Amino acid sequence: MSVELGHFALVLALALAIVQAVVPFAGARLGSQTLMRVGEPAAVTGLALVVGAFAALVAAYVQSDFSVLNVWENSHSAKPLLFKITGTWGNHEGSMLLWVMILSFFGGLAAVFGRNLPPTLKANVLAVQGLIASAFLLFILLTSNPFTRLEPAPIEGRDLNPILQDIGLAVHPPLLYLGYVGFSISFAFAIAALIDGRVDAAWARWVRPWTLAAWAFLTGGIAMGSYWAYYELGWGGFWFWDPVENASFMPWLAGTALLHSAIVMEKRSALKIWTVLLAILTFSLSLLGTFLVRSGVLTSVHAFASDPTRGVFILAILVFFIGGALTLFAFRGAALAPGGLFHPISREGALVLNNLLLTTAAATVLVGTLYPLLIEALTGDKISVGAPFFNLTFVPLFLPLLTAVPFGPMLSWKRGDLLGAAQRLQAAFLIAAAGGLAAYFITDRASAFAALGMVLGFWLILGALTDLALKSGIGKAASSVALRRLIGLPLSVFGTALAHAGLGLTVLGIVGVTALEKEQILTMRPSEVTGIGDYSLHFEAVRPVTGPNYTEEQAVFTIYAGGVARGEIISAKRLYTARGMPTTEAGIRTFGLSQLYVSIGDSTADGGLVVRIWWKPLVILIWLGALVMMTGGAVSLLDRRLRVGAPARRRSAPVPAAEKA
Amino acid sequence: MTRKQKRLTIIGTGMGFLALAAALTFYALGQRTSYFYMPADLLSQPAQAGERIRLGGLVEAGSVVRGDGTRVRFAVTDSENTVEVVYDGILPDLFREGQGVVTEGAFGPDGVFVADTVLAKHDETYMPREVADRLMEEGVWQE
Repeated sequence: MSVELGHFALVLALALAIVQAVVPFAGARLGSQTLMRVGEPAAVTGLALVVGAFAALVAAYVQSDFSVLNVWENSHSAKPLLFKITGTWGNHEGSMLLWVMILSFFGGLAAVFGRNLPPTLKANVLAVQGLIASAFLLFILLTSNPFTRLEPAPIEGRDLNPILQDIGLAVHPPLLYLGYVGFSISFAFAIAALIDGRVDAAWARWVRPWTLAAWAFLTGGIAMGSYWAYYELGWGGFWFWDPVENASFMPWLAGTALLHSAIVMEKRSALKIWTVLLAILTFSLSLLGTFLVRSGVLTSVHAFASDPTRGVFILAILVFFIGGALTLFAFRGAALAPGGLFHPISREGALVLNNLLLTTAAATVLVGTLYPLLIEALTGDKISVGAPFFNLTFVPLFLPLLTAVPFGPMLSWKRGDLLGAAQRLQAAFLIAAAGGLAAYFITDRASAFAALGMVLGFWLILGALTDLALKSGIGKAASSVALRRLIGLPLSVFGTALAHAGLGLTVLGIVGVTALEKEQILTMRPSEVTGIGDYSLHFEAVRPVTGPNYTEEQAVFTIYAGGVARGEIISAKRLYTARGMPTTEAGIRTFGLSQLYVSIGDSTADGGLVVRIWWKPLVILIWLGALVMMTGGAVSLLDRRLRVGAPARRRSAPVPAAEKA
Repeated sequence: MTRKQKRLTIIGTGMGFLALAAALTFYALGQRTSYFYMPADLLSQPAQAGERIRLGGLVEAGSVVRGDGTRVRFAVTDSENTVEVVYDGILPDLFREGQGVVTEGAFGPDGVFVADTVLAKHDETYMPREVADRLMEEGVWQE
């Protein structure tokens, strides 16, 4: 019964979303306050309805109601409760419903916290949100209905793909979607601005916190996905340049650019047209990502939900929104008054450089992702574009960007002093260089590339610290004064420093694991020993274990360092009984910032076991850095100046999304 | 600097980056992509030794031979033509005889394909897309 109610709530939500798309927009055209006011209750009620529908589906999963087709296909009564819940979005239909729920969530937030927006701007923003919601609700109802019943109801379900039966599924998709879909707010604001023909600093103050929140979530979502793939797939890689990964990485690059150009627009009223265009492009890339993942045009590790007939529908949505937005931009973009001028060497100039590099880097990723599809459509040839392509295109564009990062915050607005900035960064550079040199000798001159990469990572971190030190006068003023000043610095300054330092940490992690990783593949029999890095692994035994919905063969290893036992590492071959599907469970043990990673393969005829062992130095920093970046975004969001945002805000500050979630 | 010069600087830099990116992209697309072959394709347009390609097909039944240690030898077939493949490492969980597989690597001078990556399907209903498409075209495999 609740399943039918959920379905019905979804149909009502569609009707309401259409109302939300049409009525406030008409109100803004006709200047009718009454019509414009429809947007807010429509958005809030729509959110409630979609949440209700989602709850109904979750309930069906928790109760293992196999009379629902979607539950039957993706669940099993023996599955642990957590995976019954997360399994709700571990399939195409459920994950689209999650997508729409998060879209409605942002629409609701914009309605509630946007009370002080100019009425026409707010009406148009909500109308655009309503339009996106109606398109995707229609998509769900027509092609991907999760509430379809099955008659007669089977006794047992077909279980969730074992790769997805992991805590990662609880965290990765919701975070990723909060990021992806969060950019819809910036998009809606951009469209509203184009309809109004007016953007100003107040507009940028509104867009910035939304972009920042979406960016922080997307950063976390991508990092979480990377860690999940790292430990779950058993290949030990943290990034595969897989099209599905690229699909989330492109909006991240564009969103990072948007974040920075919105600063210029808010502070200096410059780059208006560019910022509006970036807001459109960022969400367009989110939509493109949704298309690539959900339409099944790709072969990839995420190909668990593929059905080409749906692709055409999403493609139509894609064309409508991207095409419509760019057309509107072409006609109205020029009407937005260009803003202030600045010298190329200035904070604005640095942010423009950031934007140019980020967008060209995003463009190379786009080409690398779409080129194989294009070639296949045109010639029928199937090619694959992988890491070698991106190492040759993306990396050379990203290195100058990383090098330039510490300079940005050092330059003043309008006209900066590059030489002065370089002098102030001298200490940071020297320490970074010394750090790189030290790393070179500590690792027994293993890799000059690693040493240079380390210099870059240290440079980013120290550059961020230098910025904080200079702004608080550490070293110049008395230490008590400096400390007081440091505490008194605006939170957004800390946010910037954290985000840039986090980037540095991620760079250190990537360099460490790429250049200094050690790998071994060998056959081992019980009681045999092998060494890797400073550790040696004793293969103890293989033991059978039975889990709730699987059986596994665990290979147990004891780790020794300098003759002392340092713990166990367990890697397993697992067989999920419902699907008869085997998986490899990697054994991972963390030592400081590095990890030992053990993955087992097949047994050999003579009683041995194929074992693959990696020593992954500094690998933790990759994700730790992303976490620090995310924290930087959150800290920035807490900044009063960002929160107060819109003019004439009296009752309460608009709370950014990060605090709500 | 005049207004015009400032604009030109920014536009010039932007164009410079775009040109750089375009040049890198064209170079990399020419050099660093690998083409997908089925065994039959290699008859009409043989891949040169050392050229990096992706080779896909079905793992021929009875062809998997484990050598010393971690070395594995198997044959990839499209049911008419067959290519010998050697691989050193851990095979994916769903690698099985008679199932679809995509391998990546290059031919050695002796005509044996040396794979450094072996991809099998990721769940029990999914077949590597290139392989599935081609096998369906040829009527060897049905959904």
